[in-house]
Amino acid sequence: MAEENANQYGIEIRRLSKIFGADAAAMVRLVEEGITKAELNERHGHVLGLRDIDISMPAGRIQVIMGLSGSGKSTLIRHINRLIDPTAGEILVGGEDVVKMSAKELREFRRHKTAMVFQKFALLPHRNVLENTVYGLEIQGVPRGAQVEAAMRWIERVGLAGFETHYPNQLSGGMQQRVGLARALTNDAPILLMDEAFSALDPLIRTDMQTVLLDIQKEIRKTIVFITHDLDEALRLGDRIAILRDGEVVQQGTSQDIVLRPADDYVENFVREVNRGRVVQVEAVMTPLAAGDAPAAPTVAAGTTVEDAMRLLVGGAQAEIVVVGPDGAALGTVDLRQLAGATVNPRKASDT
Amino acid sequence: MDWFWSFPHMDDATLRELRRTIDDGFRTFTRAWGGTIESFFEPLRQFLIHAERLMLNTPWPIVILAIAAIAWFASRNWKIVLGSVLTLLLIGYFDMWEDTMRTVSMIFVCTVVAIALGIPIGILMSRSDRAQGFVNPVLDVMQTMPSFVYLIPVVMLLGIGRVPGVIAVVIYAIPPIIRLTNLGIRLVDKDVLEAADAFGSSSWQKLKNVQMPLALPTIMAGINQTIMMALAMVVIASMIGVQGLGQPVLRAINNQYFTMGVFNGLAIVGIAIIFDRVSQAYGRRLQKHLEIVHG
Repeated sequence: MAEENANQYGIEIRRLSKIFGADAAAMVRLVEEGITKAELNERHGHVLGLRDIDISMPAGRIQVIMGLSGSGKSTLIRHINRLIDPTAGEILVGGEDVVKMSAKELREFRRHKTAMVFQKFALLPHRNVLENTVYGLEIQGVPRGAQVEAAMRWIERVGLAGFETHYPNQLSGGMQQRVGLARALTNDAPILLMDEAFSALDPLIRTDMQTVLLDIQKEIRKTIVFITHDLDEALRLGDRIAILRDGEVVQQGTSQDIVLRPADDYVENFVREVNRGRVVQVEAVMTPLAAGDAPAAPTVAAGTTVEDAMRLLVGGAQAEIVVVGPDGAALGTVDLRQLAGATVNPRKASDT
Repeated sequence: MDWFWSFPHMDDATLRELRRTIDDGFRTFTRAWGGTIESFFEPLRQFLIHAERLMLNTPWPIVILAIAAIAWFASRNWKIVLGSVLTLLLIGYFDMWEDTMRTVSMIFVCTVVAIALGIPIGILMSRSDRAQGFVNPVLDVMQTMPSFVYLIPVVMLLGIGRVPGVIAVVIYAIPPIIRLTNLGIRLVDKDVLEAADAFGSSSWQKLKNVQMPLALPTIMAGINQTIMMALAMVVIASMIGVQGLGQPVLRAINNQYFTMGVFNGLAIVGIAIIFDRVSQAYGRRLQKHLEIVHG
């Protein structure tokens, strides 16, 4: 595992609550006592944004926050760089509490520790691609030569070479968001906040951008917080996923956890339409082997998705394949029937 | 039932007394502070004199060339350049060159003063709703108060001449630039501002990098309006001794010289059109990046 990467900036969100309204601080106790969102709005005229959020985001990984509109996911991500001030709770980034920072400390924190990509791109319309990309470094007061050098590297990396002198509205949505991504990456901050970064894009371009992001993440190992309302996107990108509903975390875990063990009907509903073959890994369905057994069959590494394993079996003559651990030891076997079973939603089968 | 048919007003003696007290108070103030205030405006007077001398002492072909060059760099449109040159040639041919130069220098100074005061006030208004709540009614008064009314105290304080003329013109012409600076900054896209915040911009960096550039087309429209209103004040300013195209118009009114009035009036219209077209074309050029849209 890449646990020994240099990025030390994990994010710990502890008991975070956000209430919108004139007298939010006074409402915290009511919320702690468990008043519902509707009650708080009706009786006290305050809106509950987030209730008692606890999420631990490991350094160097992609944490997806998923939820429908109104679930508070955009509010949550804006707490990490304090574009929104919390009503109660702590946000520890690399051990430092963002909530307690002074205005000046916060500015330095935003300049050097975080970068953000926005749903509506939020590029400066009067600046061309290059000038947009250097923005973060310009704010920091980095010498112009170094600004341009870093910017050009990332412009090229996101596939915009040759477009440096174009203005944002000469570009398509997908290209504009590439500029947004290049602008954030040029900042070279350990934390990358992506607020529905790909939601405004066409499906094909969205998949494309996801690939770009995953490729880049292999090199840079940032702590990425990615907001989305799309479960497929969440499952594809997220090392860890937290699902939000009405300002509360309903479930968090890996994509496996979410798909195989949905916490409640709400999550289950989401998961039902998902292509399980691309998420479920072979270990989840294999027949375990006693230690020392090593059947003669093709092998796949643990962590391979069911879909990839099936592709292997369908192409070959064997009836089963062996799943091997990272050390090469055989862990279990799977056959086509087990794999096919994993791609079918069990609930649905029993319904009909 | 007397009070029903005629408005019950303050009795005449009290009213007379009130007016006299205020007038006397102001007169005393003028005597005590007139000199100080005059010396406060001395740099402005110098600026005016130098601007006028520059316009008058420069040979006319060079002035026309300079104006043509400015028109070209601002608009990049040869039609506007040609129109400007033709207008100036006609003005000169009808023997109004000197008065026109005086007016142009006066308008130039007034515009510079209006920009130097108006943009900072506009920025202040955009940042604080309280400032906006205070400045807006003041601007309303400045725009609706008949200009003759505020000419009186200005003349009492500073006498007749260029400086009171500039003050009167600036009071009349500054509201649009203040209002449109305020409006332009307030209309800047919230998403872009949030992005600037997220990257750690200080409020000065936000103003310089985001708000001012994005508000600039609106501010340019304000400057354009300010110039137009300054030109409209030229004739009134001539009543308190400002030289230029206003004076012949004033003489024409007094003596019923129809043609003289029309010629000088048309000269004012001519330079107004030049200023307007050039500054508008410049404003449009500032927005050029918004025009080419991805197909």
